[in-house]
Amino acid sequence: MSKFTCECGHKNPRGTFVCESCGKPVEGNEQKEQLLDMKYEGVARRSQTYTTTFIDKIWMFFSSVKVGIWIIVVTLVASAIGTIYPQEMYIPPTVNPANHYADEYGLMGQLYYQLGFHNLYSSWWYMLLIAALGVSIFIASVDRFFPLYRALKTQRVTRHENFLKRQRVYGTSAVDDIDRSFDLAKEKLKEKKYNISEENGNIVAEKGRFARWGPYINHIGLIIFLIGCMLRYFPGMYVDEHMWIREGETTVVPSTGGKYHVGNEEFLIELYDEDDEVFKEAMQRAGGPVVKTYQTDAVLYEREDTGAVGSEGELIEVDRKKIRVNDPMKFDSFALYQVDYKLHELNTMSFTLENKETSETFGRVDIDLFNPRSVYDLGNGYRIEIREYFPDYFMNSSNIPTTRSQIPDNPVFIFEMYTPETPEGEVSFVGIRTNLEPVGENNYKMTFVDVETKHVTALIVRKDHTLPFLIIGGIIFMIGLVQGSYWAHRRIWLQRIDGKVWVAGHTNKNYLALRKDIEFAIADTGISTPIDQVEEEEITKDKNN
Amino acid sequence: MKQKRLIVRSSILVVIGIALAYTFYANFIADHSVAQAGDYSINFVLNDLEGERIELEGMKGKGVFLNFWGTYCPPCVKEMPIMEELYTEYKDQGVEIVAINANETELQVENFANRLGLTFPIAIDKGRNVIDAYGIKPLPTTILIDEHGVIVRVFSGGMTEQMVRDFMEEIKPGT
Repeated sequence: MSKFTCECGHKNPRGTFVCESCGKPVEGNEQKEQLLDMKYEGVARRSQTYTTTFIDKIWMFFSSVKVGIWIIVVTLVASAIGTIYPQEMYIPPTVNPANHYADEYGLMGQLYYQLGFHNLYSSWWYMLLIAALGVSIFIASVDRFFPLYRALKTQRVTRHENFLKRQRVYGTSAVDDIDRSFDLAKEKLKEKKYNISEENGNIVAEKGRFARWGPYINHIGLIIFLIGCMLRYFPGMYVDEHMWIREGETTVVPSTGGKYHVGNEEFLIELYDEDDEVFKEAMQRAGGPVVKTYQTDAVLYEREDTGAVGSEGELIEVDRKKIRVNDPMKFDSFALYQVDYKLHELNTMSFTLENKETSETFGRVDIDLFNPRSVYDLGNGYRIEIREYFPDYFMNSSNIPTTRSQIPDNPVFIFEMYTPETPEGEVSFVGIRTNLEPVGENNYKMTFVDVETKHVTALIVRKDHTLPFLIIGGIIFMIGLVQGSYWAHRRIWLQRIDGKVWVAGHTNKNYLALRKDIEFAIADTGISTPIDQVEEEEITKDKNN
Repeated sequence: MKQKRLIVRSSILVVIGIALAYTFYANFIADHSVAQAGDYSINFVLNDLEGERIELEGMKGKGVFLNFWGTYCPPCVKEMPIMEELYTEYKDQGVEIVAINANETELQVENFANRLGLTFPIAIDKGRNVIDAYGIKPLPTTILIDEHGVIVRVFSGGMTEQMVRDFMEEIKPGT
């Protein structure tokens, strides 16, 4: 890096506006009457200095705060648009999104879908925006932090006249005894917790420099947070799966490689008491029963490792837990959360064989809808055979009876009934509130007796290794924010030049407080109060108008 | 000095670039399915409808045509007779079919197999252990395993006769 030497002897990097050491404004950047631009202490921001190669141009682009603000604005607007209509994952899973948005929200909905806003937060361009934001934060911080740090470290006590003159708060005055005045001021400034440095009888009082690092610490937090978000897409970092378990059933926990199984012993649901005085009004407003708790009595099993998945390998109970909303079962790095339920799913249907003429009944068959037998022997020559079973019956497009799924939402049986009277067998087609005789008049029929239902619980399987990043990033973010917001960096220079006292002050925020500090320090010293040149200019302007 | 700056800047950009490229790759391009061509197959044990024990390891030396299906899935139903027809043809050439049913009732599966006269081994995956282990999402999905136990192909969707034939050829031992 080429350097140039200031008259004070300090070597400054090329592109510097104000000498890092003595503060003398650099030739060519001088416009005599104006205040100094003290942003980043007038250091050379390298991105602005070296712009020749392609890499430098990328660097320059991302280091610009203007570009950064635009990235933030675009991201904000895009994020807001994503909340206008529900995202695809929140619409009913059975509907076709292409029609759903148009049907529900009209033309705007159609447009919303076609522009891809229904999947906004996982779209490539949204992720690109977030990535650009991260890169911008990183490069802009690096580009500013290091030069600023160096400049504040190398600054010396005695500053160049032009530096002092062109500070916002500046004044000169003639004092009888400069030494006495300075000693007094020093005491006062120490009282105000300023750090005093002296050199050749000149003074600089400084406090709160660490407030200048606030934004950079804040940005480190943000970057850690964004890395946490990014890690979600890395294998093994994040799992979010859904599982349904019937009462009495045991199912493998997805994403655990078949290692863990979970059983649902009982599912409980508790409703608020409708007659309770306390809740009465609220219940009426809700217009229906309100769920108080729902809970799964879960048992966790670990499968013995047999070197093969499937039907072999003992399940060993490892844990039991009543899983409630926000009270998950935890094991390894997984957590099982209660999310949903389905009440009264058909489980067992019971029938009896009835003589249509005499209404005499023969025995009873209890059919487990998840494991029906093919033959039920009622004794004395009475026998029921199930020829076909459709758990979720419907007629398909070629008019063949079939099932929609394996869940018995609409079970239909085709029975063959054998009796001593009808050894050839009679066929009957039985479903819920259906009892047909597809192959001619029968003497017997299957009469529905009873039904048994079970509850089904839905659990979420969640693993999230990105949380520590988000928490730590968030904490660092807040520390940086507080550091930069609640403290101010203030410097006061007291210098003797040609027998006069020069006072200048600089702060990164709240000049009023700085001026008060100065006034307090010089109260009895005979030094006259410096003026705020910005304020002064405004007053003159007002007068002229 | 100028050289150093360029190197520092370039390497930072390269690191950021690689991290972002991987994130985008993982999110948009990468195949997240559990079973992938080239992987070693996951051993499983199931009992078929006749009660015979089927272990994948035990079929080493044969090509295995692993078909995941359900009676409620029309394309699954459609390809069953095709598989049956080619099963008899390729059985002697060392290709075995195992049809794994997605947790339906024995009654349904048996009725179905009898109606279509299916002779290849059919096993019901009670508790969906094998389906979970292989990460099967849509039905039908067919996984082709060669005689060394390596997955050659994962195919989701219905198959025509020509496709089934090609797949059989693909896993025929000694080719």
